[in-house]
Amino acid sequence: MLIVIGIMFAGIAAGYLLRKAEFLQGIGKPVSYTIMLLLFSLGLSAGGNREIIDNLPALGGQAFLIAFAGTLGSILAAWAVYHYFFKEKR
Amino acid sequence: MKGSLLIAGCFVSGCLSGWALAQWEITITADFATYVLYLLMFQAGISIGSDKKIKDVLSGIRPKLLLVPLATITGTLGFSALVSLFITRWSLFDCLAVGSGFAYYSLSSILITELREASYGIQAATELGTIALIANIMRELMALLGAPLFVKYFGRLAPVCAGGATTMDTTLPVITRYSGKEFVFAAIFHGILVDLSVPFFVSFFCSF
Repeated sequence: MLIVIGIMFAGIAAGYLLRKAEFLQGIGKPVSYTIMLLLFSLGLSAGGNREIIDNLPALGGQAFLIAFAGTLGSILAAWAVYHYFFKEKR
Repeated sequence: MKGSLLIAGCFVSGCLSGWALAQWEITITADFATYVLYLLMFQAGISIGSDKKIKDVLSGIRPKLLLVPLATITGTLGFSALVSLFITRWSLFDCLAVGSGFAYYSLSSILITELREASYGIQAATELGTIALIANIMRELMALLGAPLFVKYFGRLAPVCAGGATTMDTTLPVITRYSGKEFVFAAIFHGILVDLSVPFFVSFFCSF
């Protein structure tokens, strides 16, 4: 966890020092390619894990229900907080 | 929507490749995903550091940011309690313990297995631990894959709350991309607080 945050701050420092460089302003595109690569490699380790694959049908349904409920609950609460406290007044 | 389908496709093809490699007895020992995550964090850092509005972002940290982790925790626990009505195999507190992993799957699954062993026996405790593992991996995937949709229908804080404890690392790049750079520090702040709350909530709900 600390390594990850450290690397990000190194990136921030590098980006700050190089902020005058034109090519850095369009950094959004390469980030989305790396996100795809991350998802592919997460899939690679999940697909290769016997325990996860074997248990998926039996326990996956219950796990999905809880995961879905948690995600839905938090995005609804996020909507309320965003709507009442963060949205820019127009 | 196109973005979500594209990254979902990447995950599915990764799964199939991993499964196929396992059939041929090839296992990937190097933690490939970790290095990709490092690359991603460095890129995300560069895009924050080179942003010309960085000073406005830093001066934007306010006490109201505490509302964001609060929303995540109340939303998650409230709906985990609701869904426990449909899961007859496990009690209300089991569902709350699994939900309060907040996508931190490694820690929550280990904690649940250990804490439940005394009361449920090793078989049922391992089952609940596996559910915690799968549910929290799924939650992380939902946060990663759903971010563009969440922003569209629930506003720019939605990917932060959906990401739970992962918003300071794994899901941070996605939040940067879809919620915008203004929410990066909110996401890190949120990730640290939710992360710290996981062992507290999991052991609390496992004590019932």
